[in-house]
Amino acid sequence: MHATIEVIGLRKRYGRTLALDGMSFTVLPGRVTGFVGPNGAGKSTTMRVILGLDTADEGSALIGGRPYRSLRAPLRQVGALLDAAALQPSRTARNHLLWLAHSQGLGARRVDEVIDQVGLGAVARRRAGGFSLGMRQRLGIAAALLGDPPVLMLDEPVNGLDPEGIVWIRGLLRALAAEGRAVLVSSHLMSEMQDMADHLVVAGRGRVVADTSVAGLIAAASDGRVTLRTTARPEAMEVLARAGARVAVQDRDTLTVFGLAAERIVALLGANDVPFSEVAAHRASLEEAYMELTRDAVEFRATAPGDETATS
Amino acid sequence: MTDHRTGGRDGFRRLVRAEWTKFRTVRGWVAGMAVAVTLVVALGLLSASGSHASCGMNGVETACTLTAGPGGEAVSDRFFFVHRRLDGDGSLTVRVNSMTGQIRLPDAVPGTRRVVAGVVPWAKAGIMVKDGVRQGASYAAVMVTARHGVRMQHDFTGDVAGTPGGVSPGSPRWLRLTRSGGTLTGYESVDGRRWTVVGTARPAALPATVEAGMFVASPGDLTVSRGDLGGASVQVRFTEATAVFDQVRVEGRAGGTWSHDDVGVAYEADGRTPHHPGRFAEAGGTFTITGVGDIAPSAEGTRIESTLTGLVAGLIAVIVVAVSFVTAEQRRGLIRTTFLAAPRRGRVVAAKALVVGAVAFAAGLAAAGVTVPVGAGILRANGNAVLPVSTLTELRVVAGAAMLTAAVAVLALACGVLLRRGAAAVTAVVGLVVVPHILATASVLPLGVAQWLLRLTPAAGFAAQQSVPEYAQVLGYYSPQGGYYPLPPLAGLAVLCGYAALAAVLAVVRTSRRDA
Repeated sequence: MHATIEVIGLRKRYGRTLALDGMSFTVLPGRVTGFVGPNGAGKSTTMRVILGLDTADEGSALIGGRPYRSLRAPLRQVGALLDAAALQPSRTARNHLLWLAHSQGLGARRVDEVIDQVGLGAVARRRAGGFSLGMRQRLGIAAALLGDPPVLMLDEPVNGLDPEGIVWIRGLLRALAAEGRAVLVSSHLMSEMQDMADHLVVAGRGRVVADTSVAGLIAAASDGRVTLRTTARPEAMEVLARAGARVAVQDRDTLTVFGLAAERIVALLGANDVPFSEVAAHRASLEEAYMELTRDAVEFRATAPGDETATS
Repeated sequence: MTDHRTGGRDGFRRLVRAEWTKFRTVRGWVAGMAVAVTLVVALGLLSASGSHASCGMNGVETACTLTAGPGGEAVSDRFFFVHRRLDGDGSLTVRVNSMTGQIRLPDAVPGTRRVVAGVVPWAKAGIMVKDGVRQGASYAAVMVTARHGVRMQHDFTGDVAGTPGGVSPGSPRWLRLTRSGGTLTGYESVDGRRWTVVGTARPAALPATVEAGMFVASPGDLTVSRGDLGGASVQVRFTEATAVFDQVRVEGRAGGTWSHDDVGVAYEADGRTPHHPGRFAEAGGTFTITGVGDIAPSAEGTRIESTLTGLVAGLIAVIVVAVSFVTAEQRRGLIRTTFLAAPRRGRVVAAKALVVGAVAFAAGLAAAGVTVPVGAGILRANGNAVLPVSTLTELRVVAGAAMLTAAVAVLALACGVLLRRGAAAVTAVVGLVVVPHILATASVLPLGVAQWLLRLTPAAGFAAQQSVPEYAQVLGYYSPQGGYYPLPPLAGLAVLCGYAALAAVLAVVRTSRRDA
């Protein structure tokens, strides 16, 4: 039941806009992969190409080694949520899932299972047109789960969910990944990925800017700065400079130290009897790391009018 | 996990099932089809209930009756017949020496008859064997006509041409009719010595003993004038023809003497005086016979398909449903979900067409299946002369209406795929199917233009409901307004299906190439 998503060198142009510019990454089973990037980075286009909805000018996208369009009962291989609002308003939630089930050779029993799984049991026989955005997201997730697929792809699934719903989906996706499924979740907000994703693919300007674990991304953005609070500023500066650090003065009793780990600083100051009240290693937040990575992409977009047609 | 590669026919069956689930779970679409059926039935039965008729002459009302031929179709059977009995096999030979007549022209001064000498093209003079003198009885005949040469005809609908040319005292025509069992052979000759076969016929119900003799008939003169505000007024006026026969020879077991009947003559109000009677005189073996009327299939009456007046309204409802079956998905992006479930998009279009076509067929079948027989029954009960047709023809009219509905639904669906906007697609299909039909049958266009519209546009499919055919041997005003389509039922349906198939293929190509 293990399957991967492989995206290999996708290029796609809409008119004069380059939407995808060599997008490449792999989504492995058993973990939640966050697909992040600013609006217009090419996330949704990539997902549509993977799902065979759009064709790329170059490159390929494979699911379990095969292009989506060659899958015969595709919803049993890949569950996808693209646009939760894409519903026939007068059709009930259950009937929406029923036609999808019939298209894959599945029956009504599976429909009732996923309805219970996403917690829509009470409203299943109501028209989907009256659903809140959060209920529609749950219905879309039910549709994605219908075929019990080894691969799940969700485009901005957190949109419109209340805090309780966010906690629910976080748990659901982690549980699905723990079962050995490959889960790809896109978002334009890095904060949503905290506590959800194990791995991150950061997109900007139609290509991957970072493909790393969450811890690795934070470490890379944290540049080894250590803040030192001490009443003996000159002594501290001397000791640390001798050990090879670069030291900058921030204010009367605060120094910023570059080039030495916090543990080493504590040891050095202790050995030389320099008093200090605080040693704090600077740790970038996920958000800061993301901002750092995608700044180029955002700035580029801000100076390139006519680029709005590239959809995110 | 199950096999994902189960595709092919199995996959398409699933897709059709999914599309059917989609269709039946939107109340508006199901209701739309129900509205279509209701419109056809209600409008049809309502107009049938409102249509009363009585016949009669000079203020005397009688029920409208039709004469039926051996094949069950309505016929006109009026002619002057000089005949004698013939038992078993035998033959009858005559020479037709001349054919003259008179035609009443449209009144120049209202109320004043204007009669000129002349014969109408289908005036007939010849010899016949007939199962008695009852109107509508089986017969076979060989004859000369005024403008259509020698003909061999039988049982009203059968017609075979011999050599062209009329008769005059200078160039008479010999005719012979030979019976051998159930087969009759017609011959013609210019000199009574060298004979050529015109044709053979096996009339449906000719008994051993028949009446054999000479006949003359002359159908009414037809003039069509175009009205000032479009449309046409058709006039049929009195004519009569007179033919002179001699060299009369009967071979076989002929019985009795020559007797004569003015078959099918109508009577004046007194019930005794014949209206436009024929005449007969014999002198020295020369028979001079004057006849009025025609021996031919008749379309004077109400057709069963006239109960389908609501079909156009029903079709509009079907078009709206079929278009929105796809444009509703396109508008809301639901089509992407469909393509995720079925990435081979051509099959999606095919499955949708199959579902909407089948639903429309069922709706059309239900609507016409109720309206045609029930409506015809109401019309008959109200005194209307409903042209009788065979059960097979009635079934064809009903099935034709269903096929028409199905093909229009497929065309509408395909146009929805191509144009993507519901309003535009509905307008386009109504413009392609309904508007040409209304223009062609509402008598606003010249006949030729109306007929070309019904050959070239998808409205040709309406021909599927025509129950009474056009006969070459009957002069008539065969206009769409009168219910005559320029193409035969299947050919008209084929034109419509061609349009639907073309649009469906374009829709498949378009969806397969475009990003969703």
